[in-house]
Amino acid sequence: MGLNDLTIIEASEGLKKKNFSARDLLEDCYRRIEQVDNKIHAFLALNKELALQQAGEVEKILNTGQTEKPLLGIPVAIKDNFNTVGLTTTASSNILINYQPPYNATVVNKLRDAGAIILGKTNMDAFAHGSSTETSDFGSTKNPWNLNYLPGGSSGGSAAAVAANETIFAVGSETAGSIRQPAAWCGVVGFKPTYGRISRFGLIAMASSTDSPGPLTKSVADAKLIYKILAGFDENDATTAVNPVNYKTKNIRELKIGIPKEYYRSETQKGINEMVLASAKILEKLGARIIELSLLDPEYAISDYTVVQRAEVSSNLARFDGIRFGGTRDNFNEENMRRIMLGTYTLSAGYYDAYYKRAQKVRTLIVNNFNRAWKEVDLLLAPTSPTVAQKIGATKGQAMYGEISDMLVEPSSIAGLPGINLPCGFIEGLPVGMQIIGPQWSEDLILYLAEKYEDNTEWHRRKALL
Amino acid sequence: MPIGYQTIIGLEVHVELATVSKMFCGCSAEHFGVEPNTHTCPVCLGLPGALPVPNKKAIDWTLMLAMALDCRINQHSHFDRKNYFYPDLPKGYQITQFEEPFGYDGCLKLTAIKSALMSTVSQQKVIRIRRVHLEEDTGKLQHTEIGGEKVTLVDFNRSGVPLVEIVTEPDFRSLEEVDLYLKKLQKIIRYLGISQADMEKGSMRIEPSISIRVNKNNGQIQFPMPNDQLPDYRVELKNINSFRFARKALEYEIKRQTDLLEKGEKIPQQTRGWNEEKNVTFPQREKEEAHDYRYFPEPDIPPIVLDNEQLAIIKKQIPELPDQKLVRFQRDYSLSDYDAGILTENQELGDYFEEAVKAAGEIGQLKTGNIVKTIANWLINKRIETENTLPAELIAKIIRANTIAAVDEGKLSGIVKEVLGANKQAVNDYQKGKKTALGFLMGAVIKLLPGVDKELIRKELEKQLF
Repeated sequence: MGLNDLTIIEASEGLKKKNFSARDLLEDCYRRIEQVDNKIHAFLALNKELALQQAGEVEKILNTGQTEKPLLGIPVAIKDNFNTVGLTTTASSNILINYQPPYNATVVNKLRDAGAIILGKTNMDAFAHGSSTETSDFGSTKNPWNLNYLPGGSSGGSAAAVAANETIFAVGSETAGSIRQPAAWCGVVGFKPTYGRISRFGLIAMASSTDSPGPLTKSVADAKLIYKILAGFDENDATTAVNPVNYKTKNIRELKIGIPKEYYRSETQKGINEMVLASAKILEKLGARIIELSLLDPEYAISDYTVVQRAEVSSNLARFDGIRFGGTRDNFNEENMRRIMLGTYTLSAGYYDAYYKRAQKVRTLIVNNFNRAWKEVDLLLAPTSPTVAQKIGATKGQAMYGEISDMLVEPSSIAGLPGINLPCGFIEGLPVGMQIIGPQWSEDLILYLAEKYEDNTEWHRRKALL
Repeated sequence: MPIGYQTIIGLEVHVELATVSKMFCGCSAEHFGVEPNTHTCPVCLGLPGALPVPNKKAIDWTLMLAMALDCRINQHSHFDRKNYFYPDLPKGYQITQFEEPFGYDGCLKLTAIKSALMSTVSQQKVIRIRRVHLEEDTGKLQHTEIGGEKVTLVDFNRSGVPLVEIVTEPDFRSLEEVDLYLKKLQKIIRYLGISQADMEKGSMRIEPSISIRVNKNNGQIQFPMPNDQLPDYRVELKNINSFRFARKALEYEIKRQTDLLEKGEKIPQQTRGWNEEKNVTFPQREKEEAHDYRYFPEPDIPPIVLDNEQLAIIKKQIPELPDQKLVRFQRDYSLSDYDAGILTENQELGDYFEEAVKAAGEIGQLKTGNIVKTIANWLINKRIETENTLPAELIAKIIRANTIAAVDEGKLSGIVKEVLGANKQAVNDYQKGKKTALGFLMGAVIKLLPGVDKELIRKELEKQLF
């Protein structure tokens, strides 16, 4: 076992106790990347030279005994749609193949300020258009649990890098499922906070009204640590909340957990519903009340989300006009073009009312539907994905592949709600994930319950054998 | 213009706000005469990942203007994206307001000051304001030649400068009304101190649309003209750099359109530009080629909700406006329409006038004669350099002039008699009709009585010459 296997909390402790140096930690991560990434292809770019230099500086700080920086010396992998000065930022698109951003994303600055060392940038679906990494212009990432399978997406590189222990943790972004779904398929913790909780500044936009950065980690405690560092108002992002009123926290014995029956679908892969319900039993034993309830069918969220997201995509990608940033517009791939075309269509005169405007109304209905649920229960528990990881090539010819595989996370995404994926079982060696969804600003409660679950299960300790 | 034809004009006016920083970023909004591309950042360059944060001052100022124009205020307002491609628009969309402008349904009352204009402008003409909204300016293109090659350069200093758009209903019936409207709007904006509204520097730009209404029924001129029907076309005039050119372009269009209508031709809906060299308008775009801007609410900026308290605070910041000041000057100082009109032409002159009246009061001069009227006369007729003359100094001058005249009336009469006696030739010339001789005689008197009011000397001379 190498130091790269450690969680953030374990690695931090080891560094402070001088069990090993920041350089040792970093080198173990890079060694692992060298060993396995030619098979997994989680990384697009590495930051080795600068990272080793930073590790040297960390050593000096540690020697002075100053250790208040919560991530001092901790290696992190960053999804390639976050701007990083000095590291090519491509969003996995040929259009940005050589793009060097002149500024850092707020998320990157916060990680750097906390002492984290950037290992490199991770693969994703190009411009986050997908749920498999198969739309990446630089080749898809493979699932560390089985190299013939996909890692999910769009934060597939980040999820795979964590699952393969190439990094201590990673950050990703979710528009609808892009953190939770790859976390489920790769068997790691993936946390998407409330929309507006973490700054989007410097994150190459997919759908501005739902984009949410978040951590992918080996434990809930790690996710909580990163979440606390990244959360907060940013004067550069007008959609970050200034002082949100946090949802009340509760002891597990007072918690009411909803089981929305529409999320336990008959077409869901056999075994998944059962594993999530078995997890509910564990939570019940710990004192929580389990309540079955009914919500809007998540199917509605697919069409709703598709219209809103494509419209925003078509506008957000207009800046890649072929004049600046390097690549010309013919570098957009098929999926990019499909989304731009559909979004342009739904915003066009005569269609706006029928599509975009109606979709925004449906969005309100979905929000209201969740608000009704919160009168009955505190949190919701459901499978994250209707299937375990799919085989490479599964997306071929399936234009709606991503939306269907993200069906169970789309309603909460379009409603801006927080949610976490936790590993809860395995089917034929591939991880199964469950999600806990909560009301706006209920991150603390979600993390509390997630930690209770993790403390009483062993799924998160299993490692992919490579 | 032949009888039965009537000019119909509507105006769109763009005014750049004089805020320190730009509309959606912290860059300096200064761009006139600034080295190209020095006032830019990721936001106003539209770099990937950059987000707009609205300038509160610009919003407050837009609301102030909307209130000053008697608009109704949208207490729930938002920004929209206007999607189109142009090299000076780095994001591929302009952030503007489409559905919910800050102000709507306002009006501006025109009052003709010069009697010469009364024939074409009714005493109190009301121009309805359709909307007042806030948006961002674009960059500036420079078409030039470098090394013999024709190139277009882009300067993004202006990109993101706050721009208010004021749109009228098609209420203008003559160029004189347009002229009065623009002057008054400019005056209000300057009173508010929100912009220099300088057409030469481009901080105020106009886009008129014009059509000609024919009031004929079976070849017979209809009179009076039905007021509710607008022509089925309109010609928008774009990219006109100054009001002088706008006037020329409008004059040209009135003639062109009238001639076409006289010939019985149908005029197409068009956008036309102005050729400064040939003094003609030329077609730029037909209706069929009109852009579909695919407006939708800007997801990066939350809606702006204004409560009554906030609006009251903004309203308080509105200074006394020209119309109110005019009425007060007439009432408080017993000034004529004409005098009050000129003294409220700009805020500085009005303030100076009031300061001078105050200074006169402080030395007990308000009771003697009609000093207020004299101050007004001096300010209106005597080209006082108000920047270099303190109000108290002006009062001293007025008093000196009056005093000399009062004390030395007998002396004046004597000296005039003396001069006339010594210059018989000039007196003869004058009496034979050579009016210039009066100037010579005045000069001779002034030499003996320096500092005496010339008007008094002239009157005394004329009295004795007859």
